[in-house]
Amino acid sequence: MAKKRLVLTFPPEVVERPVVALMVRDFDIITNILRAEIHEGEIGRMLVELEGNARKLKEGVAYLKDLGVQVEEAITDIELDEALCIECGACTAVCQPGALKIEPPDWGLTLDKDRCILCGFCVDACPLDIISVKF
Amino acid sequence: MARTYEEINARIRKGEAVVLTADEMTELVASEGARAAARKVDVVTTGTFGPMCSTGAFVNFGHSDPPIKMAKVWLNDVPVCADLAAVDAYIGATALSETEGMAYGGAHVIEDLVAGKWIKMRSTAYGTDCYPRREIETLVNKDTLNQAYLFDPRNAYQNYACATNGSEHTIYTYMGTLLPRFGNATYCSAGQLSPLLNDPFYRTVGVGTRIFLGGGTGYVAWQGTQHKPTVERSGGGTPVGPAAALALIGDLKRMDTEFLRGARFHRYGVTMYVGVGIPIPVLDEEMAAYTGIADADIETIVFDYSQPTRARDPLRRVSYAELRSGKIELDGRKVPTAPLSSYRVARRIADVLKEWIKEGRFLLTAPVEPLPAEGGVQPLEIRDGEGI
Repeated sequence: MAKKRLVLTFPPEVVERPVVALMVRDFDIITNILRAEIHEGEIGRMLVELEGNARKLKEGVAYLKDLGVQVEEAITDIELDEALCIECGACTAVCQPGALKIEPPDWGLTLDKDRCILCGFCVDACPLDIISVKF
Repeated sequence: MARTYEEINARIRKGEAVVLTADEMTELVASEGARAAARKVDVVTTGTFGPMCSTGAFVNFGHSDPPIKMAKVWLNDVPVCADLAAVDAYIGATALSETEGMAYGGAHVIEDLVAGKWIKMRSTAYGTDCYPRREIETLVNKDTLNQAYLFDPRNAYQNYACATNGSEHTIYTYMGTLLPRFGNATYCSAGQLSPLLNDPFYRTVGVGTRIFLGGGTGYVAWQGTQHKPTVERSGGGTPVGPAAALALIGDLKRMDTEFLRGARFHRYGVTMYVGVGIPIPVLDEEMAAYTGIADADIETIVFDYSQPTRARDPLRRVSYAELRSGKIELDGRKVPTAPLSSYRVARRIADVLKEWIKEGRFLLTAPVEPLPAEGGVQPLEIRDGEGI
């Protein structure tokens, strides 16, 4: 069994087709959708974890690419430059799994990497641009 | 029980003044009441560290030889306003770099100046008999500038709205990234620690008030732009949503990047985090009650920022205690909340100001002129010149 964490970008004309469902059916891939932003007529993005037979996984990804889906490796880690952080909390606004938190009593920013799903949304949301990603 | 500014300053000079931060005062008033707190406490220190686009700095470059009447000026490729005398300029925080776009702007130039870095300066001019030079390129830093002072036309906003997004799409705003279908809500005030929420009717904060600004001392120069004191207020007197604002001035050369930071909001633009702390004299029991305000008593309005209008429909009223709990309820669903202004740095500002006062290094000033206690904000209408 092989495992891959990927970011899928769907062009508007593909967004409305059930491509992920078809890949699951035709290639027997266990698919865990960690994050998705899909709207009719727009570019869609999805963070997925795919698990299955190595050959089938490769074929499944090739199938997505053939349909025009852009496939990128998801990031493997995020890094926060604590020395430069002002602990404003703007990054916590987009962190849906709650890995980045700002809480009482001291209102300091904490990053719990065990909860982080590596979606990378905090990178853009940080006003000081001090969160970076590793691939 | 009443005390004057002179009496408070005499106690500060002797090192005897009792100074609490606004957080500490809230606890004291809750446990012992305003009357007892008024007897014990001389000064309450406040603090806030939030993004404020209406920020900038005046600088004077000095004269080159031969001299130039600078018409256009760029600092690290960021255009600044030079439409003043020959070598004066105003660096606006939100100006974007012509080479790096939103990654670097006027606020970053200001931060780099404070940090003591060399800044690339470029200017062009049309040339005159008295200022023959037509272009110049050189390096400047805060020590080569004759004057460099922060001047914020609007800051220390007395409360602000809470932002959410009811649309189907992520939107990128000055209130941060707002996720679709009420995926989050952001707020931007230090609440019970915020300067003007501790003096809701501007009894002690006015033109001339000495303040903590960006790590140095500064002054309230004037009412802020969009100063709007006539608004709905909660039981404790604090406005429900944005109200008063202050224009602030202070010596940039004495500031510290710990309390002055360039920032950019994704797909919105560049802005600046500015640290402001204002001491509130506890002149009497009324001021003790005002400075004892708690987050539970301060309210604001939640708006749907996906409505592209200046007159958004209010969704609901919330208290800062609810916002700080991490979740608010909107239409029966729990919506996660996040702050945009740093409470941690706001507390540090209140602490630093408290130390300055306790050490006798910072005296209080009575306002030279009060802020307007009444007034609203006018909208900009589209006029075609007919019937005016």
